[in-house]
Amino acid sequence: MDLGSILHTIFNFENYGELLALVQNSVLAGAVLGLLGGLIGTFVMKRDLAFAVHGISELSFAGASFALLIGADIIFGSLAGSVAAALLLGLMGVRARDKNSIIGVIMPFGLGLGILFLALYQGRAANKFGLLTGQIVSVDTVQLQVLAGTAVVVMLALAAIWRPLSFASVDPEMAEARGVPVRGLAIAFMVLLGVSVALSIQIVGALLVLALLITPAAAALRVTTSPRLVVLLSVVFAITATVGGILLALGSRIPISPYVTTLSFLIYVVCRIIGNVRANRGINGRIVRPGAAMGQAAEDQAVAG
Amino acid sequence: MDRGIFLTPVVSLRGAGLQFGQRALWKDLDVDIQAGEFFAVLGPNGSGKTSFLKVLLGLQQLHSGTVTVAGHPVERGSRKIGYIPQQKSFAPDTPLRARDLVSLGVDGHRWGLRIKAKAVNERVDALLDLVGASDYARVPVGQLSGGEQQRLRVAQALAAEPELLLCDEPLLSLDLHHQQAVSSLINRQCHERNSAVVFVTHEINPVIDYVDRVLYLAGGRFRVGTPEEVMTTEVLSELYNSRVEVIRANGRIVVVGLPDATTHYHDDAHAGVEEGH
Repeated sequence: MDLGSILHTIFNFENYGELLALVQNSVLAGAVLGLLGGLIGTFVMKRDLAFAVHGISELSFAGASFALLIGADIIFGSLAGSVAAALLLGLMGVRARDKNSIIGVIMPFGLGLGILFLALYQGRAANKFGLLTGQIVSVDTVQLQVLAGTAVVVMLALAAIWRPLSFASVDPEMAEARGVPVRGLAIAFMVLLGVSVALSIQIVGALLVLALLITPAAAALRVTTSPRLVVLLSVVFAITATVGGILLALGSRIPISPYVTTLSFLIYVVCRIIGNVRANRGINGRIVRPGAAMGQAAEDQAVAG
Repeated sequence: MDRGIFLTPVVSLRGAGLQFGQRALWKDLDVDIQAGEFFAVLGPNGSGKTSFLKVLLGLQQLHSGTVTVAGHPVERGSRKIGYIPQQKSFAPDTPLRARDLVSLGVDGHRWGLRIKAKAVNERVDALLDLVGASDYARVPVGQLSGGEQQRLRVAQALAAEPELLLCDEPLLSLDLHHQQAVSSLINRQCHERNSAVVFVTHEINPVIDYVDRVLYLAGGRFRVGTPEEVMTTEVLSELYNSRVEVIRANGRIVVVGLPDATTHYHDDAHAGVEEGH
């Protein structure tokens, strides 16, 4: 296969209009997941849970492949797996160190179980591969409604705990002194995270969930520390990656995930460069008063003299 | 001004005792702290100073006795209490600007999303102005110095206009300039705005001009009184059960011969005394 035909395989826009009409539901699903991933991701970053997302997604994968094996609903299987993992982490790991070792133990176990179930599964190979790497599932209207409905519930719950969760995430000791239920919020957030991971797996697959739940928020944090702007940018980046990825992947027979992850990665790289340039120029929002600076200089001079 | 003996004390402890396992930190403690009083809690490491604060915050149960704040039993997260913790650095990339840290003190404990953003912003601006932090309002907290962060902690604690301000070693690891700035902010809240202040410290000198009364905890015993009454050779020797010398020089207090060698030793005046021996 020469380079030209490889490129043609990756980017193929023949009959684009007709295809677009067919995958309208998938595009909408991508937008919903982008919105959810962008919102949840900001808290994942604040709470330093990137590794936990990875662990939850492997157990979610095990749940989904078990559902595939026994002919049950895949979404339900992945939900069960990820919520179980999220609850386990929320209840057990209080300190970051404990948490990381627990995740390190759970992750390969979940992945191993998933591979076992897939090996036992006799159905279509594309179904197996899709769970790990994502696909443009032909999302039908019912699936879209379930997905959107669940996402709305998660977002409403997130909105309800938004302020105390922010407090507990960035300033936990103070939050506790203020009477914020820090531990309860940690568990509640893990459940919301578990559901979000299970939903995201439907589009990007278990291995690449991080591209949806981590990368957009991480990119936003490189360019701003304003809490509002972080959320806004994170959501915009995530939707750009999912919807953009689906639109690019449309004509080809390649899974959607490389498009989503590449877009997500490029956004991060650009944000990182912008952030570094600003840091090098010393732009951090401090108001430098010329009078004060001169006063200081004069003082220094007086001391030197 | 007559503060009035009829007023309910802001803090009232009766027969209060605290122990971990078999070790009693303190017991039979009766103290009333009035509005506008600067109350310092002193003592060596492990004497139960921080636990004393945790009792008032409702994060620690008393082993015996009772405690009330503003006439009511203590409750976690009371809006009558402001809390200033020890300075603890934030990671440089913490997604939080100075003004966001202060705003957590204004409405961070409430459920839901922030609806009245304008009112909160105005309140935050006023608090930043009060502690002289307006110039770095938009700087990420991880990029501020320890002293600047502690000013923000003061603003955060004052957000609810507390009747009681609890301070847990707020000057630790600050340079002299910021020690003075932060302690004078706390003093203003106490003596001008009439909050009761409970100030836990192992070093009384930075706040010696402001302190009204001292609670000195050591070896399971305690003594309450003015600094003149408590910070004496006799009282401290009795508390520590060994010979301790208290020297006063230029309005500062130097304690020599403490059994707990980690406390009081970073005092320059003290180093001079050591050499004199």
